[in-house]
Amino acid sequence: MNFVLKMAWRDSRMARRRLVLFSLSIVLGVTALVAIGSFSANLQRAIDDQSKALLGADLAVSSRSAPTPEADAFLAGLDGERAGEITFSSMVVFPSADNQTRLVTVRGIEGGYPFYGDVKTSPAGGYARLAQGDVVVVEETLMKQFGLKAGDPLKLGEKVFTIAGGLEQLPGDSAAVATLSPRVLVARSALAETGLLGRGSLVRYRAYFKFAPGFDVERFVEQKRERFRELRLGVDTVEERRKELGQALQNVQGFLSLVGFVALVLGAIGVASAIHVYVRQKITTVAVLRCLGASAWQSFAVYLVQGLALGLLGALAGAAVGVMVQLALPSLVKGLLPFDVEFFVSWAAVGRGLVAGVMVGGLFTLLPLLAVRRVSPLVAIRSAFAERTGGDPLRWGVYVGIVAAVTGFAMWQTQHWTWGLGFTAALLVSFGVLAAAARGVAWAARRFMPKRLPYVWRQGVANLHRPNNRTVLLLLSLGLGTFLLLTLTLTRETLLSQIRTSEDGARPNLLFFDIQDDQFEPLKVLLAAQGVPEQASAPIVTMRLLSLKGRTVTELLKDDTVHIPTWTLRREYRSTYRGELSNTETVTAGRFVGRVTDADTVIPISVEEGLAKDMQLGLGDAVEFDVQGVPMKARVESLRRVDWKRMSPNFFVVFPEGVLEAAPKFFVVAAKAADATESARVQQAVVSAFPNVSALDLALVIKTLDGIFSKVQFVVQFMSLFTVATGVIVLVGAVLTGRFQRVRETVLLRTLGASQAQLMQIQLVEYAVLGVLGALVGGVLAYVANAALAVWVFKAPVILPAMPLAGAVVVVTGLTVATGWLSGRGITRQPPLEVLRQES
Amino acid sequence: MSDQPILKVEKLTQIYPTAAGPITVLHEVSFALGAGESLAIVGPSGSGKTTLLGLCAGLDRPSGGDVAIAGRSIGGLSEDERAKVRNEQVGFVFQNFQLIPTLTALENVLVPLELRGESGREPEARALLARVGLGAREAHYPIQLSGGEQQRVALARAFINAPKILFCDEPTGNLDGATSHAMVDLIFGLNKELGTTLVLVTHDPELAKKCGRVLRLRDGRVVEDSEVRTGLTG
Repeated sequence: MNFVLKMAWRDSRMARRRLVLFSLSIVLGVTALVAIGSFSANLQRAIDDQSKALLGADLAVSSRSAPTPEADAFLAGLDGERAGEITFSSMVVFPSADNQTRLVTVRGIEGGYPFYGDVKTSPAGGYARLAQGDVVVVEETLMKQFGLKAGDPLKLGEKVFTIAGGLEQLPGDSAAVATLSPRVLVARSALAETGLLGRGSLVRYRAYFKFAPGFDVERFVEQKRERFRELRLGVDTVEERRKELGQALQNVQGFLSLVGFVALVLGAIGVASAIHVYVRQKITTVAVLRCLGASAWQSFAVYLVQGLALGLLGALAGAAVGVMVQLALPSLVKGLLPFDVEFFVSWAAVGRGLVAGVMVGGLFTLLPLLAVRRVSPLVAIRSAFAERTGGDPLRWGVYVGIVAAVTGFAMWQTQHWTWGLGFTAALLVSFGVLAAAARGVAWAARRFMPKRLPYVWRQGVANLHRPNNRTVLLLLSLGLGTFLLLTLTLTRETLLSQIRTSEDGARPNLLFFDIQDDQFEPLKVLLAAQGVPEQASAPIVTMRLLSLKGRTVTELLKDDTVHIPTWTLRREYRSTYRGELSNTETVTAGRFVGRVTDADTVIPISVEEGLAKDMQLGLGDAVEFDVQGVPMKARVESLRRVDWKRMSPNFFVVFPEGVLEAAPKFFVVAAKAADATESARVQQAVVSAFPNVSALDLALVIKTLDGIFSKVQFVVQFMSLFTVATGVIVLVGAVLTGRFQRVRETVLLRTLGASQAQLMQIQLVEYAVLGVLGALVGGVLAYVANAALAVWVFKAPVILPAMPLAGAVVVVTGLTVATGWLSGRGITRQPPLEVLRQES
Repeated sequence: MSDQPILKVEKLTQIYPTAAGPITVLHEVSFALGAGESLAIVGPSGSGKTTLLGLCAGLDRPSGGDVAIAGRSIGGLSEDERAKVRNEQVGFVFQNFQLIPTLTALENVLVPLELRGESGREPEARALLARVGLGAREAHYPIQLSGGEQQRVALARAFINAPKILFCDEPTGNLDGATSHAMVDLIFGLNKELGTTLVLVTHDPELAKKCGRVLRLRDGRVVEDSEVRTGLTG
């Protein structure tokens, strides 16, 4: 062993700079793993430390309708301090900002909520002033958007409030969630004067409890779970919230770690490729060692030690950089987290990153190193003998080890064996396609090279297929980087284009809801007067489910063998009635019945196919609803497919005409505004005339979603950049190893009279071709992956925008050529003799 | 000649498969060498000289026949067992020196000892380097040495483990006349001094004449096995 270590150290002397460069390939992969792992540990500790603040209470009980007297009595009987909150959507008007309007989530708070954690406002103390009754705290982002400041007025319903401050943090809420619908906090007691309650708004009720120290909330909830179900109350405890957040964190960490892991695998391939070249240069040394009596194991071990040291060095550097990157992560995810995060280095994460780096790096390095065992000592006297040919079973063992390590890591990160296998399969397919494309390119370059091309072109293209070419490695690294980044861009485009299509043409882009029965006709008149007439409308009747196929909802909720999502049983259904299908619906089974004459019989209804699947409903099945106190028997007569993306009144359950007309109802109206100005003007007019009516602006929805996608994409892109940067390092490594391999040939060309410009052009042609091909192959893979995601995951139409691919080709080619030129420039500048002396 | 031959070669045959069919490179070559004897293998290019040397040194497995070094047959040994025999019994001098480029002259000389796990033998290595006239160059890398100096380092390395037999493959093939003479004097001087058996492959008739025995090969067969002198070389 002593000899092996000593020899490994001595033998590396002349190549240490090169070896350090090789090790850089895995640095960024380990960096990504360590940064994500350690930051996740920070988050996990924050969740553990601030778990009570995550909920703001020991127990939260929620209901989608005002608690029944029975439920209220049950809650009143709980032995703890109680606070409450009601939440609903409404429009607000900002008189100081030209009476602009905005749909917000109003949270009417009563009691001492939050019991744990602090509400942060700007200026401080704003939340404490809510009790005064005439003040509100408004989402900070909204304040900025409308140029508001503390002291400005805000009109909610019929009451004008004073803004006490901007809301920065509320225990348990993430600012990202609030982006979808900004929050306005107000004292619950002040809501009565707004006139908004009891007018058809979908209100969510919450009660918060703080129990005496030592009270076992989990046990209590477990004991009373049945009772909560019977009363249709949802419960959330600190532990449940902690678990949910922990699971979400685990999922995100798993996903991001896998993105980082791709960088590590790519880097490891880069290291293996560089070692392959290195080992080929060491064959004579190995043969001499064998002549002098070194065993196959000893000579192999000399280089294995170098390979492992390389991996360890890269992993250590990666861990160090990872800790530094971890410092930057909180600012990246700022606003996405519902709690504060304290920085510390997780040594466990550092250790895991190191192990992953050394293991993956080591396994990939083994592949080229195995050849050392088979170097014949005869090479020392006869160079024709390189190594023994024939299959090497150990090589297959290493392949199996690599696949097992990658799969094991993926399973460990995702905690799902299917996802782990899926990741490995996707990686294998991507690598396989890229490698096959590279081989195809090399073959085509040899087979179809036009003889009339200028010499530098022929030479440059020929470099793609000649011995010791780097085509496979470079196409792998370039293609993989392009693939990852382009897939992200395309996925975002797919999701947004889905919504954008609804923006096109004459389709509605404004949706007014919570319109009372008596407001319906006047509103239509107002809209017509504003030049944006109603395009579609529907009455809405709220109802609850009583029974399904003869079994009561209470029974179903108690029965653990029934796998129907609870929300479908507990929710308040907002159904409509109409005589015919709307243009966003198609019947997929049965017959749509538009009118009944006899309201006493079983009513034929139409159910949305997705909901029917969840509720295990088929044609002819019996469903019973409680329509505001009146039980109503119905039968599934048809199933419908609904295009939910279209901004139109869409419903889960549609009743025929002739049944619900007399029930208390409200309306939803869709209209089309020509532009943002008209949209804002119409909204202002509507809210001014009907303060309880809310408006949903499609342009705002798109903008909001775009903002969220951007934030998420930025985080994922940040992680993907590690892969791209690794690709660049691998590229530099490949160019440099290529340089060591080709130096004699270049020098020979120089000796034979090739000019510096010619040599440079040969290199540029080679790298330009590689860059274009890498971007194209990676791009095609990204389009295929995006199409698969669109079809199977997002159920969206496949998009094929040309611009991202064109951009990728330009950027990747430019990057490749620039890297190739920078890394290879020294070689063509120096006189042949000097180069020969240096490189020999 | 001593009773126990240091190198015994019996009906050594080597056949290589090629696309055009098997080629017999060596055909039933036999000879034996005692301690301190010297043998020159000569013949035209492609006659099988290097193949024979490689097989004698255990660098390859023969297709037929056997080689015994110091009474131990190496035909049935594994690759690593043969490596051990080489380390303990054999020294090499190659035509193109074959120093390890990343090691200094001293480190190159020490390699055979370090392979056995022996340490603290630097004084012997230094003495050998001094013996070949390179006492002042021990810290130099091969690239910093001339061809003749590199070959002298190789010679010191070959003798560091006091081999029973020294194999030289065209030891002067890459050296100029004067350097070549000095090298030959060193090889035969050490051969005589240490009683090492010497087998060398050469194209140089003058060098061959210095050996006690000449084995002439043509097309893989021994066409002449002549004793230049009897007894020890010198």
